[in-house]
Amino acid sequence: MSGYQYYPGCSLKGTGKPYEESLLAVAEALDIRLDELPDWNCCGATAYMAVDELQATTLATRNLAIAAADGRDLIAPCNACWLVLSKTAGHLADDPGLCSVVCGALQATCTIPNGDGPAPLSYDASVPIRHPLDVLVNDVGVETVAAAVTEPLEGLTVAPYYGCQIVRPLAPFDDQYDPVTMDRLLEAAGCDVLGDYPFKTRCCGASQMMTMPDVGVDLVAMLLEDAIARGADVIAVACPLCQFNLEAYQSKAFKRLGKKGRIPILYFTQLLGLAMGLSHRALGLQRSFVDVKPVLAGRSSDA
Amino acid sequence: MATEPMIRIEADRDPEFAAWFTGLVGEEKLRECIHCGVCSGSCPLASHMDLGPRKLMYLAREGWADDVLGSNTIWLCTSCYACTVACPQQIPVTDVMYALKRKAIEAGKAPKRHPVAVMAKQFSRMVHRRGRMSEAYLIAGLALRSGVHRYVGMLPMGVNAVRTGRISLKLDRIRRRKELTALLDRVEREREEVAAS
Repeated sequence: MSGYQYYPGCSLKGTGKPYEESLLAVAEALDIRLDELPDWNCCGATAYMAVDELQATTLATRNLAIAAADGRDLIAPCNACWLVLSKTAGHLADDPGLCSVVCGALQATCTIPNGDGPAPLSYDASVPIRHPLDVLVNDVGVETVAAAVTEPLEGLTVAPYYGCQIVRPLAPFDDQYDPVTMDRLLEAAGCDVLGDYPFKTRCCGASQMMTMPDVGVDLVAMLLEDAIARGADVIAVACPLCQFNLEAYQSKAFKRLGKKGRIPILYFTQLLGLAMGLSHRALGLQRSFVDVKPVLAGRSSDA
Repeated sequence: MATEPMIRIEADRDPEFAAWFTGLVGEEKLRECIHCGVCSGSCPLASHMDLGPRKLMYLAREGWADDVLGSNTIWLCTSCYACTVACPQQIPVTDVMYALKRKAIEAGKAPKRHPVAVMAKQFSRMVHRRGRMSEAYLIAGLALRSGVHRYVGMLPMGVNAVRTGRISLKLDRIRRRKELTALLDRVEREREEVAAS
């Protein structure tokens, strides 16, 4: 069975819904099969790790073990999920004692979802954990993506924003300080990409926007202000938390700057889908808080 | 008039805490810290911190437990890992911050109703019980436990999220909830056995 397993994570079922919708639509357009990991659980994110390390590791391992039963590469589109799953695989490899405790407990208590009859869940390190940027550039290929583009986004200036957790502390598929995978995909979609956007990998405030918004809003303000100053029409993102922070706190951020401003924050998959001629609805564009019509006017059939 | 001492007194150090902290990444590794301050310089939130990451690491390894566990630094860390990749001595500063968060919660030193600690506890409780995190309930619980007044300003955002179908009022959960509970209970038991032996 070709294709990939897909780990949505909690955010892609909620505030990050447009990421899931556009990722699935683009995968379908490129004829890539994605099967959702059966009965996946929360990866634990950064919050669980702050409370209990062993339990956080155990939670993430259950997902990896479910994936191991299938064997295909596992795609995690959320930066935080991708990092938690990747780091967990690393911990289990580095610490055989931890691995035997967690794996023993898994085998004793859990079964393979969708299995033929109840079979115990067992972990092995066979399944690579992948981010969609990695898969699109390194498996599918930028040329293949470019070949699927029917309505290039000419004249649309995009600031590519990668966030933290797909380039730090691990950076297995891109440059740690100047990542380019998203740049290349967006160029294939016909966008004018601001490759020298200096805050590509600067923190968006992450969950602090929810817990201590006064602290986080400064970070968001800086990212938005610089992108606009460089002429960006849109900021492209690859993480549901980055997307939400940059979009939902805009009025607060601009107030802090003493300026007026609005800039759409779109997932790179939404931009790729637009260039492939997919409908706004299929890409979840109607779910944007910031109106996308002004920057997309005159493009695609239903703009 | 009561005065605060301006100097630190050797006897106030907590050697047990120092030993625990040093054990996190290994004595040698921590002693390799050259106090270059790149961790503080690269931290996007250092300007909001009472102790920068460098000072925090120093005080922790010397055993000033109360200064460290009572500082706002550990709660401001967003896990962006800028310090970790910048450290010339490869000290995993972000992972150390996680460990300090856990220690502060465990030791009851987290500031009362501090939203970050409240959120972490709320989040882990929800995932422990249901296997998944439901954003609407996380935020509601956070508001109730850390002060509703702090979240009134977020109402328009909530309305937007509902309007665009980006927040679900369904409390999500996995199907194999019983298995998950048994799994977490079992690793917990093994941890207790190891601790007892």
